[in-house]
Amino acid sequence: MEKLNGLRCRECGRRYPAAPVHVCEFCFGPVEVDYRYDALRGVVTRESIAAGPKSMWRYKDLLPIEGDVAVGHHVGFTPLVRAHNLADELGCREVWIKNDSVCHPSWSFKDRVVSVAVTKAREFGFDTVACASTGNLANSVAAHAAEGRLKSYIFIPADLEQGKVLATLVYNPTLVAVHGTYDEVNRLCSEIADKYRWAFVNVNFRPYYSEGSKTYGYEIVEQLGWKAPGHIVVPCAGGSLITKIWKAIKELGQLGLVDGPIATRMHAAQALGCGPIVTMIKKDTDVLVPVKPSTIAKSLAIGNPADGYYAYRTTKESGGFGEHATDEEIIEGMLLLARTEGIFTETAGGVTVAATKKLIETGVIPRDESVVICVTGNGLKTPDALVDRLEAHVKIKPSLSAFDQALADLKSQTAQEGR
Amino acid sequence: MVSPMTRMRVRLTFPAHLIQEPIVYRLVKDFDIVINIRRADVKADYGWIALELDGEEAALARGIRWLKETGVQVDPIEHDVVIP
Ligand SMILES: Cc1ncc(COP(=O)(O)O)c(C=O)c1O
Ligand SMILES: [Zn+2]
Repeated sequence: MEKLNGLRCRECGRRYPAAPVHVCEFCFGPVEVDYRYDALRGVVTRESIAAGPKSMWRYKDLLPIEGDVAVGHHVGFTPLVRAHNLADELGCREVWIKNDSVCHPSWSFKDRVVSVAVTKAREFGFDTVACASTGNLANSVAAHAAEGRLKSYIFIPADLEQGKVLATLVYNPTLVAVHGTYDEVNRLCSEIADKYRWAFVNVNFRPYYSEGSKTYGYEIVEQLGWKAPGHIVVPCAGGSLITKIWKAIKELGQLGLVDGPIATRMHAAQALGCGPIVTMIKKDTDVLVPVKPSTIAKSLAIGNPADGYYAYRTTKESGGFGEHATDEEIIEGMLLLARTEGIFTETAGGVTVAATKKLIETGVIPRDESVVICVTGNGLKTPDALVDRLEAHVKIKPSLSAFDQALADLKSQTAQEGR
Repeated sequence: MVSPMTRMRVRLTFPAHLIQEPIVYRLVKDFDIVINIRRADVKADYGWIALELDGEEAALARGIRWLKETGVQVDPIEHDVVIP
C-alpha cells in the first residue's frame, strides 16, 4: 500500500518527495508528512490495529515508516488509568491518566518520537543520529542509537546537571558539552545539521520525528473504547505533542474509527516561568513572544517554541484553553498525583496536574465531563525538584521500644494537626 | 583579508520599538549582506521575517552581532533546536 504522498509545507502547501528536510525551500515554513488517507480508509481498521503488537507500532500504517521497524519495538501502549482517587480530590466525575512515565525504554513519551526518527534515519541510509537536548530527548536518542547500532552525537549545554548527563552517557554516545547559552547551542546545532550528513532527530528529521507523538493520541482513543474524551490536558514545550495528539484524533475520525462525535477540547499546560504558548492562548493572539525560561520544569523550558503557533491553533480550533503553573503548584501537582494514584511523574506531569486543577476550578473543564491528563515523563529523572521538600518521617534506633515511642508520637502529632 | 562566503537562514523578531526602523536596509547597506526574504508577519507591535543571508562569513557575524545589540532577536529558522 502506497500510504505516503511525501512532504507538504504547512504554510504554502508546496509538496516535496519524502526526504530528510524540515523546511520548505520556498517559504521556510515547516513541512509535514502527507498521507493518502483515501488509500488508508478501510485498510486501517479497529481489527487491523487490534491484531498488531501491544506497542505504538500497532499504528504503523499511520506513521511515516515504509520498511520494518528498526528500533524501539516495545515503545508505547502505556496504561490509561482511570483515576478515581484523583477525580474525588479534584471534584470531578471522570479523570484518566495516560501514563507515559513508564514508556519503554527511557521513561518518557520521547521514545515515541525518537523510535520513528531513528527508524526513518536507517531507512534513509544514515549511520549517525544526533540531537540537541537537555534531558529526556538526549536519553532517548542515545538509547535508541545504541539499539540500532548507529553512531550518535548528543549536544547539551555544558552547565547541565550531572544526573541528566549520566542517563545519557550510559548508552555510550558522543556527548558534546557546549560552553555557551541555550541560544548558542541552538545556533550551533542548526549549523551542524546543515553541514554534516547526520540525522538530527529534531532538526532535519523533525517532520518524521514529530509524527511519533500521534501514537499517544491514538492510544487514548483506542483505550477509551474508540471514543474521544471531553478534554485532554497536554504539557507543552516546543508545542509539537499537543498538535499531534489533536491530529491523531482527527485522523481516526477521518478513517471512521471513532464512536460518537469528536468534541475533544485540547488544553495546554505550561509553567508560569516559561509559558509563551499559554500566554498566547490567554491573550488570544497568534503572536508568540519568546521568553527566558525560569522554572523547575526544565523539560518544558523552551522559550521560543517551534510549534508554538500550531499549539495555539490547536487549542483554538478544538475550543480548548490553557493554564500556567507556578513552581510551588508544580510540586503540589507531583505530590497530589503520587499521593492519590501512586504515580510518580516528573515536573512536566506536575505542571499538567496543576493546570488541570485550575481548569476545573475556573469552570473551563466542567466537573461532569471526561478529562485525560497527559503524564509524559518519570519522576525518578527529576528528583532535584523534591529533595528539599521530602524527608523520612520517622528516624529511630533499631529497637521495638524506639518504634513504639515513635508511633505514639506520630499518632498524637496527627491528632493535634486534626488530620 | 577576505573571509569565505556563507549562506545562513535566520528568523528575525522585532520588538515594538524597532518595527518602524529601517533595520533590514541597514543590514544590507552597512554590512554588505545580500538578503532574500521568504516569509514575514509584521503587526502593529511586533513582527518577524524569515530570510536568507548571503555574505562574507565575517560580515555575517558582524551583522548578526549588530542586530542583537540593536534589540532584534536572531534565531535559527527552526527555533527550539535544544529541546528537553
Ligand atoms: C516530559 C515531557 N513532556 C512534554 C514535553 C513537551 O513536548 P513538546 O515539545 O512536543 O511540546 C516534553 C519535551 O519537550 C517533555 O520532555
Ligand atoms: Zn512553503
